Amino acid sequence: MKRLKVLGMTLAATMLLAAQAVSAAPVTITYWQYFYQSKVDLMNDLIKQFEAKNPGIKVDQVTFPYESYNQKVAASIPAGEGPDVINLYSGWLPMYVKAEYIQPLPKSSFGASDMKANFYSFVSPAVNFGGKLYSAPTAVRTLALIWNKKLFKEAGLDPEKPPRTLDELADYARKLSKYDAQGNLIQAGLTMQPNGQGHNWIRDVLFRQFGAAPYDATGRKVTYATPQGIAAMQWYMDRIVKDKVGYPNFMTDDVTAFKAQKAAMTIDGSFRVATLKAMKDLDWGIAELPTHNGIKSNFASFWTNSIVSGVKGKQLDASVKFLQFLTSPEVMEQWLAKVGELPANPKIAAAHKDDPIINVFMKGLDYAHVTAFVDEAGQRNLFVDMIDEINLKGAKVEDVLKRTAVAEQKIFDDFWK
Amino acid sequence: MTLAKKKAMTAYVFLAFPLVFFVGVRFGPMLYAMIRSLTDWSLLRKTNQFIGFDNFKAVLTDPVFLKSLGNTLRYAIVGAPIVIALSLGIALLLNRIIHARGLFRLIYILPYITPMVAVSWVWRWMYQTPPMGILNAMFSALGLPAVEFLISPDQALYSILAVNIWVELGYCTTVFLAGIQTIPMDCVEAAKIDGASERQIFVRIILPLLMPITLFLMIMQGIQFLRIFTPIYNMSSQAMGGPLDSTKSAALYIYQMAFTKFEMGRASAASLVLFAIIMVVTLLQLRIFDKKANNQE
Repeated sequence: MKRLKVLGMTLAATMLLAAQAVSAAPVTITYWQYFYQSKVDLMNDLIKQFEAKNPGIKVDQVTFPYESYNQKVAASIPAGEGPDVINLYSGWLPMYVKAEYIQPLPKSSFGASDMKANFYSFVSPAVNFGGKLYSAPTAVRTLALIWNKKLFKEAGLDPEKPPRTLDELADYARKLSKYDAQGNLIQAGLTMQPNGQGHNWIRDVLFRQFGAAPYDATGRKVTYATPQGIAAMQWYMDRIVKDKVGYPNFMTDDVTAFKAQKAAMTIDGSFRVATLKAMKDLDWGIAELPTHNGIKSNFASFWTNSIVSGVKGKQLDASVKFLQFLTSPEVMEQWLAKVGELPANPKIAAAHKDDPIINVFMKGLDYAHVTAFVDEAGQRNLFVDMIDEINLKGAKVEDVLKRTAVAEQKIFDDFWK
Repeated sequence: MTLAKKKAMTAYVFLAFPLVFFVGVRFGPMLYAMIRSLTDWSLLRKTNQFIGFDNFKAVLTDPVFLKSLGNTLRYAIVGAPIVIALSLGIALLLNRIIHARGLFRLIYILPYITPMVAVSWVWRWMYQTPPMGILNAMFSALGLPAVEFLISPDQALYSILAVNIWVELGYCTTVFLAGIQTIPMDCVEAAKIDGASERQIFVRIILPLLMPITLFLMIMQGIQFLRIFTPIYNMSSQAMGGPLDSTKSAALYIYQMAFTKFEMGRASAASLVLFAIIMVVTLLQLRIFDKKANNQE
């Protein structure tokens, strides 16, 4: 009995000592993002800066290929092998919040008023679930019209004057399309790629410009199956079916077609700017999305940083510090300079309004919307299939749009039940 | 211990390793999948409850799964016989030529030893509509209308199937060639002396003697086509098995259920359904061909 007591005391003392040793050792936290060269390089720099400021904290960066990133996240976190701080796509947040993979950010560091003051207004509703904030971005993205100046000149259009309205866009697209002797499209006037940014353009821009809200205020009810929604979809389909200015998967996808100078106009995100800038022989311009009925609209999305559930104590403190660092003005500046993504803080962005490219996206952000995806891949695919059914099977726009609305509503209902 | 016993012991020890591998890597996960198929296991839910056969009900009433099963059967029923027939023909021709034998054989085996992902992407580009794909460029030069290939819901499946057939030809031709070379020449010579025609020699001697190899290839190719995944994953836009699910195979459906929807229980159920189908098809083939092979003897 006595021996047992001694053993117990020794054990307790050892544990105490061990605990002290742990508290003296630096805290190591792990950060995950998908592999994108400029982001990974910048993050390595940022980690050095952060560690210099916070001597007690070490940060490990781990990256995965974009294609398998979501899969890796979903498989690792429940197994307890996930990171402390994680970079997620805004459209994935509802899924990960519902699964309790990520934890609310501490109110003391990320309060509702901080969020309102330091981030674009669309950020807060997209990271707020049940009155708690779950995530904070460094940068935001939005869409713009990008055109090829050389192809404009060839078609006899002023290369400095992009279309301003949807009617002009359709008109320009027709003029910029080229066909071979058999009537095959060999140069697209406008890319029509719903599985790229096309479905976002339809959802949050075209629907609204034709007078239909895509979803209700809660973001959980589909409201685009109206005559206005049908008119918007009809406009999109007319470009493919009637005008034949482009079609899904022309030249495999929109980015390939535009880079190969086989598509004269495309609708793409701010994240594409770095890629286009790197192409020396490509002379391109960028403008706000064309308006319709005098309505401006845009789609915004962002990659955002969250803290994984189960992170607590010193790990949590270190994670919060790192998150504060990642959303600080200095990091946003570097992110803009090195990655080319727009600062999530409108004040930081405003300081760069003289840069013509940044200016276009900044204007777009003012009237941008965020879709509250619950199954981003599934919802995207519904739109892809809708367009294929009309284009390839000759289905009626009205019928397919109504069916799509029902199917998307079912995704929402299944998720929120 | 006698020497014989010792030898047997050694054999058992060596055999034990593959057995451990088989149990651990094949049977273990299979059993695990069977149990999981009866639960609502999802990577995104903490719960993991027993729900009976609900997953099976759900997948068997899912029109996308049924469509993918239909596609899978089409891949197998069209693909396997074509591969066997073509490769037998090629093997017989290759067996006849004397000059540049090695070169010809190499040409036919090349697609098979090239990684499927690379093959898929090269063909994906060749299949593109104007102004990109080389096939359509050829049609266009001849004044023929463009073929839609991968963007048509009616043609995409067969376009992908053609690539897979082309790849598998290399393997099957090689196996047939090896089989043809085991046919005793004296049988053929004797038949010739007795005045048998080329056709008679082929139908009465070569084909029956190749029966076991044909049976083996039929089963292997049947299984191969029933599990088809890589070419579809790489040749359809965003690996979705489109357009409109027209190329989606059961294996791709299972992959998407598990790794994009994270519904592991349902994916396990779907994989068991596919497993059962492969099992039944293989057993049927064994039965039918075995009987034929025996009758001929």
